Amino acid sequence: MAEYSAFSLLKNALTGNKDWKPAWRKPDPKASYDVIVIGGGGHGLSTAYYLAKEHGITNVAVLEKGWLGSGNVGRNTTAVRSNYLLPANTRFYEHSMKLWENLSHDLNYNVMFSQRGCLNLAHTPAQLDDFARRGNAMRHLGVDAELMTTAEIARLVPALDVSATARFPIVGGLMQRRAGTARHDAVAWGYARGADRRGVDIIENCEVTGFLRDGDRISGVSTSRGEIRARKVAVAVAGSTGQVMRLAGIDTMPIESHVLQAFVTESLKPFINTVLTFGMGHFYMSQSDKGGLVYGGDLDGYNSYAQRGSLPVVDEVMSEMLALFPGLARVRMLRSWGGVCDMSMDGSPIITIGPLPGMYLNCGWCYGGFKATPASGWCFAWTIAKDEPHDINAPFTLDRFHRGLVIDDKGQGATPRLH
Amino acid sequence: MLITCPYCGPRDVIEFTYQGDGNRERPQPASQDLDAWNAYVYDRLNPAGDHNEIWQHSGGCRAHLRVVRNTLTHEISSVAFARGDHKSVARHKTEGKS
Ligand SMILES: Cc1cc2nc3c(=O)[nH]c(=O)nc-3n(C[C@H](O)[C@H](O)[C@H](O)COP(=O)(O)OP(=O)(O)OC[C@H]3O[C@@H](n4cnc5c(N)ncnc54)[C@H](O)[C@@H]3O)c2cc1C
Ligand SMILES: [Zn+2]
Repeated sequence: MAEYSAFSLLKNALTGNKDWKPAWRKPDPKASYDVIVIGGGGHGLSTAYYLAKEHGITNVAVLEKGWLGSGNVGRNTTAVRSNYLLPANTRFYEHSMKLWENLSHDLNYNVMFSQRGCLNLAHTPAQLDDFARRGNAMRHLGVDAELMTTAEIARLVPALDVSATARFPIVGGLMQRRAGTARHDAVAWGYARGADRRGVDIIENCEVTGFLRDGDRISGVSTSRGEIRARKVAVAVAGSTGQVMRLAGIDTMPIESHVLQAFVTESLKPFINTVLTFGMGHFYMSQSDKGGLVYGGDLDGYNSYAQRGSLPVVDEVMSEMLALFPGLARVRMLRSWGGVCDMSMDGSPIITIGPLPGMYLNCGWCYGGFKATPASGWCFAWTIAKDEPHDINAPFTLDRFHRGLVIDDKGQGATPRLH
Repeated sequence: MLITCPYCGPRDVIEFTYQGDGNRERPQPASQDLDAWNAYVYDRLNPAGDHNEIWQHSGGCRAHLRVVRNTLTHEISSVAFARGDHKSVARHKTEGKS
């Protein structure tokens, strides 16, 4: 499998681009593996990559029921940031940020990571105080954060309505300059290629339909392509967590599946060069490299496995966009779509050994798990390889709810509508 | 999506507020059964299919309703007042338009 380089680009250009190789093989499943990863989303693929790269475990299969990138890794709005309040979250997401900063180089695949910043707008002095507190908490742990004045914000985002008569006047904001966006498909493809070239079998159109057991131990899976055995079975299926865990006899989880929508407008000239979030409702926006404004808001608000959204949310998101950017009133929306998110009850993820012997679980990504993709795979691979969590993911257990150790960054208690 | 309130009739979903999973049972306030409290606060069945849930007609009669809705298709197979008289149960099929 060829390296991507200026030389290979030139060589293939001169030979009519006929000799590019597929980025990953299409092997048939073997009878057994050391590790099976269920779910070929960003997290499953990065797990396989780091298992091979960091721990030398290469006899691995990633089983994906559809095609790579058909889940949330290819449906998200690509925002990457590490601006959390609680230390467990800050450490984890900052670890991810550091991996992002070197990811294209590490994968030899351009994931188009763009550190254009992420700005959270404040609309009341109390909210600005709250952001100052969060910024201080971040800086305390070595993460960049700066408070911005309304005048600075107006210079950075000229199209924003910063007037005193705006429906929700802007009094300042919290900026993380190292935050930004990445090309989501490239993240999946880059990890897939990186895992494949180290020997990992990536098996698409292979749905896990049950678990095999030796006594009480999980020892493999049954799939739409037959039974496959493994010493260790890792689950990383995002919005399908409830369904897959039910196949293993676990009927309840601290998780609900909800649909989250996203939208993109027709292409515009450069309009906004940061990721911007609205502090008075739930709205966020950035501009893609093709020029479309990419934006989203809240979950639809009720349990859903439909990968499509409902109209009231469309209406609400558009109103919030216009409250901030009256000038966008005539811009046309090109597309909208939905993805099914695994909303955990405290808004934080679960990366853990168990809950059954031989099983490992990675879930609870809510609507912010894209930015976690590198650290999630890195920590999960560590946990699978060593049968213990790394310090960074040690707080993200499944039993933290039961033990009263929730990681509730928003401080809003048990609700599946956080982050 | 339309929800047929047994009191007001079919209304758009924007008139309603979702109150979550209707299967949960709150332990007695004095209960010290940690497993029961844990299950009530955090554990969810999260089915892909028919889901028993509570909605409030907050933009209408304000009644709390028990709704059975399919989480794959948004089809609603039954709506009833969450508490009280079972004679008022409205059974109907509303094609979920979302
Ligand atoms: C509209 C939207 C916007 C978002 N915006 C952002 C954002 O800006 N920033 C951010 O950080 N996060 C964002 N997220 C969240 C983020 O996309 C997800 O948390 C994250 O991608 C989930 O991890 P994943 O990539 O592994 O999941 P997925 O890509 O969904 O991977 C799970 C895979 O498991 C497979 N699977 C399921 N069941 C089985 C089975 N039985 N057998 C085999 N395979 C199975 C699925 O087909 C799927 O491919 C957004 C999400 C949505 C929906
Ligand atoms: Zn009513």
